[in-house]
Amino acid sequence: MRLLKRPILSIVNNHLIDYPTPINIHYAWNFGFLASICLIIQILTGIFLAMHYTPHVDLAFASIEHIMRDVNYGWLLRYIHSNGASMFFIVVYVHIFRGLYFSSYTKPRQWVWVIGVIIFLLMIITAFIGYVLPWGQMSLWGATVITNLVSAVPLVGDSIVTWLWGGFSVDNATLNRFFSLHYLLPFIITAASLIHLAVLHQDGSGNPLGIDSNVDKISMFPYFIYKDLLGLLVFIIFFSLFIYFSPNALGHPDNYIEANPMVTPAHIVPEWYFLPFYAILRSIPHKLGGVVAMISAILVLALLPWIHGTEIRSSRFRPVYRFLYWTMISCCLILGWIGGMPVEDPFVLIGQIASVYYFFYFLFILPLLGKIEKFLLEFE
Amino acid sequence: MASAFWRSLTLPAVAAAASSAAAGATLFSLRPRPTLAFADDEALHPPHINWPHSSYLASFDAAAIRRGYEVYRNVCSSCHSMNRIAFRNLVGVAFTEEEVKEMAEDIEVEDGPNEEGLMFSRPGRLSDILPAPYPNEEAARYANNGALPPDLSLIVKARHGAENYLWALLTGYRDAPQGINVREGLYYNPYFPGGQIAMARALYDGAVEYEDGTDATTSQMAKDVSTFLAWASEPEHDQRKKMGLEWIGAFSILFFFMLYMKRFKWSLYKTRRLEFR
Repeated sequence: MRLLKRPILSIVNNHLIDYPTPINIHYAWNFGFLASICLIIQILTGIFLAMHYTPHVDLAFASIEHIMRDVNYGWLLRYIHSNGASMFFIVVYVHIFRGLYFSSYTKPRQWVWVIGVIIFLLMIITAFIGYVLPWGQMSLWGATVITNLVSAVPLVGDSIVTWLWGGFSVDNATLNRFFSLHYLLPFIITAASLIHLAVLHQDGSGNPLGIDSNVDKISMFPYFIYKDLLGLLVFIIFFSLFIYFSPNALGHPDNYIEANPMVTPAHIVPEWYFLPFYAILRSIPHKLGGVVAMISAILVLALLPWIHGTEIRSSRFRPVYRFLYWTMISCCLILGWIGGMPVEDPFVLIGQIASVYYFFYFLFILPLLGKIEKFLLEFE
Repeated sequence: MASAFWRSLTLPAVAAAASSAAAGATLFSLRPRPTLAFADDEALHPPHINWPHSSYLASFDAAAIRRGYEVYRNVCSSCHSMNRIAFRNLVGVAFTEEEVKEMAEDIEVEDGPNEEGLMFSRPGRLSDILPAPYPNEEAARYANNGALPPDLSLIVKARHGAENYLWALLTGYRDAPQGINVREGLYYNPYFPGGQIAMARALYDGAVEYEDGTDATTSQMAKDVSTFLAWASEPEHDQRKKMGLEWIGAFSILFFFMLYMKRFKWSLYKTRRLEFR
């Protein structure tokens, strides 16, 4: 094992083998590891898919069908990649909500959290761009709706949209640059993830009790490597159920119709993992306002380390927060449901109430709760 | 003191949880009924049919694919193309190689240019795609009153309800209820979004004569052609489910090994006793 003390290999040793880990972190702490596995799966399958894919409006859809029908195990590669995106978001959402429950974002890990929000933003862009590549109806029209949001920017909005498209509509130039960006962004996500990890390892992981992690630490290997691998096996089985038994359950049938600029689908729905944000976007009856609200819904997460006003981290010792936390989960689920519904009553009103609650929760309830908890802690 | 206050907060928290559960239940009761979700293009939801291949471990019914291909060739193919299916795809699925070669040789395919730069006709080969009824979209629209019969290669994956929808659509033709005016050249079918479809009813009892002697009723033909089209959309279906069984089986066994390993490695820490002096 002297080899592991050499330069470069010592990085592996210091971060994956001898790395001191709090003994009491439980299975909710598996999801960071799972997210890195998802990223690796997406990059590997993506590289092989790109060998058979053609980014041209006349050929993209046909090349996907070529992958599905004629490439050996092409269907497997593509179903892993398309369902893998959903799995990645499931894992990352659990990872984020674990952070919210145990206040993992508090100092000294505030920058880990901020970098995490940046990774989440990059993931959203990458997933959206990737959904355009098969060039089905939902690809084209989803891309048209979402890129059009940029036109809400005052004065220069329309020019920016034309610049983004590389033309006057979502067309071949757009598809080409989206393919290029979809290949590039995962590597930027990888870099950001490594920074996420490096900054995390400065102070080490938090733990479910929210106390000083340095009290009781054990080495990463074998304890947490085995624990992570056990979680990975459960994840692989869950993932396989989708790939092998209902590979299109998370997709939309319209994306198996080749893109046609002359025919608009009856309902333009984004992928399920965007639905809560889509609901916030549509809840505001003003284009620019909606776009600002949607982006703020993500950015507001980055403010959490400074919103959090109490010394206590873990929800185990914060009964009021624990209750409010579940209202937040319900709020996100309701928003997700509304995002998939047509713009009609009563969905519009429910969506607006949920959107208001979302921001009210982060910008008003949480700071107030922090103040109350701080007051109670110091109360004698 | 502080802990008493915390405890006094428990009741309001439970009350709040209960009221939010009540609110949630109310919202749930207001959940959209399927017809509401598609309000602007209203259509009847197809009934759920227990297909021989719908179970997790079931493969396609090869005899049904074979009969379904007969229905497609004799009925559907006069208007609908299947551009992504070649004759070779049928080999080993529902036909032998000799049968498919014979079928392919029955058609004329335009090929070329030859050494003299001329296009020529030759008998079909295994690698040729199934012949399309129209040379281009314009011809298809012109022959069909302006409507375009969609390509059927992916139709099952491209429609909500998949095979169930196809079966319901093919057997769902009926007289329009009173008060609904069906436009000129359209036909009433409650399963089609909007209820009016440009395709006339195509399947009547006895429209094809099955070579295996099966009674060619409307619902039998609809079932067979839906199975054939389901196969065309997902030719990897049988292999996929088989692999899934192997994959999940293998990882389940691995899971128990890993569970043992994890518990074995952790046993020391899990059984330690801390003493504070």
